Amino acid sequence: MAAIPEDFTGYIAVVKRDCATCRLIEPAIQALAGSRDLRLYSQDAPDFPASVSGVIDDRELERSYRLDIEIVPTLIFVEAGEERARLVGWQRASWRQLANLPELGADLPAFSPGCASKTVEPGMPEKLAYKFGDTVLQTRRVDVASQQDEHELMYERGWSDGLPLVPPTEERVLKMLAGTTRSPSEIIGVIPPDKVACTIEKVAINAVMAGCKPEYMPVVLAAVEAACLDEFCMHGILATTYFSGPIVIVNGPIADRIGMNSSHNVLGQGNRANSTIGRALQLVIRNVGGGLPGGVDRATLGQPGKLGFCFAERERDSYWESLAVERGFSPDQSTVTLFAGGGVHPVGDQKSRAPESLTRSLALTLQTVYHRKIYGRTDALLIVSPENMRVFREAGWTKARFRAALDEELTVDGHDVLAGADGIAEGMPDYLADKRLLKFRPGGLLIAHAGGAAGMWSAVITGWAGSGPGGSVPVTVAIKS
Amino acid sequence: MATLLDPTSELLPAQREVVPRPSSLSGARVALLDISKPRGDVFLDHLEAKLAQMGVASRRYRKPTFARVAPADLQHRIANECDAVIEALAD
Repeated sequence: MAAIPEDFTGYIAVVKRDCATCRLIEPAIQALAGSRDLRLYSQDAPDFPASVSGVIDDRELERSYRLDIEIVPTLIFVEAGEERARLVGWQRASWRQLANLPELGADLPAFSPGCASKTVEPGMPEKLAYKFGDTVLQTRRVDVASQQDEHELMYERGWSDGLPLVPPTEERVLKMLAGTTRSPSEIIGVIPPDKVACTIEKVAINAVMAGCKPEYMPVVLAAVEAACLDEFCMHGILATTYFSGPIVIVNGPIADRIGMNSSHNVLGQGNRANSTIGRALQLVIRNVGGGLPGGVDRATLGQPGKLGFCFAERERDSYWESLAVERGFSPDQSTVTLFAGGGVHPVGDQKSRAPESLTRSLALTLQTVYHRKIYGRTDALLIVSPENMRVFREAGWTKARFRAALDEELTVDGHDVLAGADGIAEGMPDYLADKRLLKFRPGGLLIAHAGGAAGMWSAVITGWAGSGPGGSVPVTVAIKS
Repeated sequence: MATLLDPTSELLPAQREVVPRPSSLSGARVALLDISKPRGDVFLDHLEAKLAQMGVASRRYRKPTFARVAPADLQHRIANECDAVIEALAD
């Protein structure tokens, strides 16, 4: 339905009875209708204004939607089917000029602000976009029978990771898609393990189910893009018997903007963005990629973070450059870093006040990643808490100095960790007996600052057993709008 | 009635028929695929010897890394050159 009839020349006014200004200016509208060609659309009552005949019922809001009405009253001047001018609210002088009626509204105040159009009430833009809009979603529809419980249907279809899902209705998905400027039909990547080309639309559906808000979409999309990078090797991370899943680390201004947690319980529950962004990525891998536990996902034990593991680095009071800055991005860029991580291993040291001592403590736990006697195989993510960071700040230790000191602590003589040494069959091969071995390959140790202000704890997260260029390396991508 | 959007790939699983198992290895060539996990070669050495005793031809292949799927050209080569494949999966 065209909101403006072809070849129409005249005026269009959009009103609602619920608006005090619309009621106030009824005499002006009546006068306009009496002397000009006026099409009058009423959003909430076909008999309002009662003094004007031929009011057009727009309770379906289609005309208002197509005219892009945000405020009522709105007065539009149309010439040969083309909009020429638009006024919102009551401005007597402007209405007189536009209508070319110098006496219009003589008994009315000079100005009265309008009210919100019914088209912009909460949830309505998405409903109208779905009903009347041009966005065409390509996805197959699944009808839920009247006797059927939609939540049970989603479980039965295998869409869930075990937890309840938000039903992906068309309205919700359209609302989610409003969180990005990218086209729903854009292919964002090829999702393992089934190697399925994935559209932005499919990501939005899974983000709805995960519980995301539309403003998280750019982060979810960046995470999906990162997971599709060849060097991240998502297929291998999924297929491994090891514990790994994609951990999403968010840097930059977007983290605060969407309300992410980088403080107390940062790796735990309770923050919607942290809890749902990582979950959305995993649901994409499950539902689009076909990566199912017991199918291609062959994890022996897995870990609870595979439901979704996402957090923001605490940048606001960090003494060190952020993870993203270390990886070549600027502090004002928002990024997602993906790390193939296992569970969280706490480091407790209540006594170290000197950086040398604390470095040694942290190194003791880092040495246990994968196995105390295995070197150079598995990456790690070290999360330094604010209270531990304070020790380095007070001593003036830069991140680079900390890394150098850590490397020293993480280097051993090969013969100490050979297979069979200490009565343990596991270990490094004999030919490395005379070498000095470093625990982590270059670039294999990520360091981020996060956590609540109190508590002398840090955390070590093990990488994948297959870390490195032959397996998975951490990847960082910029978040687009 | 509610309508939901399907979050999956919407692909019916590609119905790729598994080639029937050969009823006999007589005249066949067997691919022995080492996925690069430790001691896979030991296992395949045994199989190679056994097959030789049985008069069955075999050919050895190796994935560059167990962490990644076999490169397409390797898959293609095995399919072209052999009639059956035995993979040494785990260490």
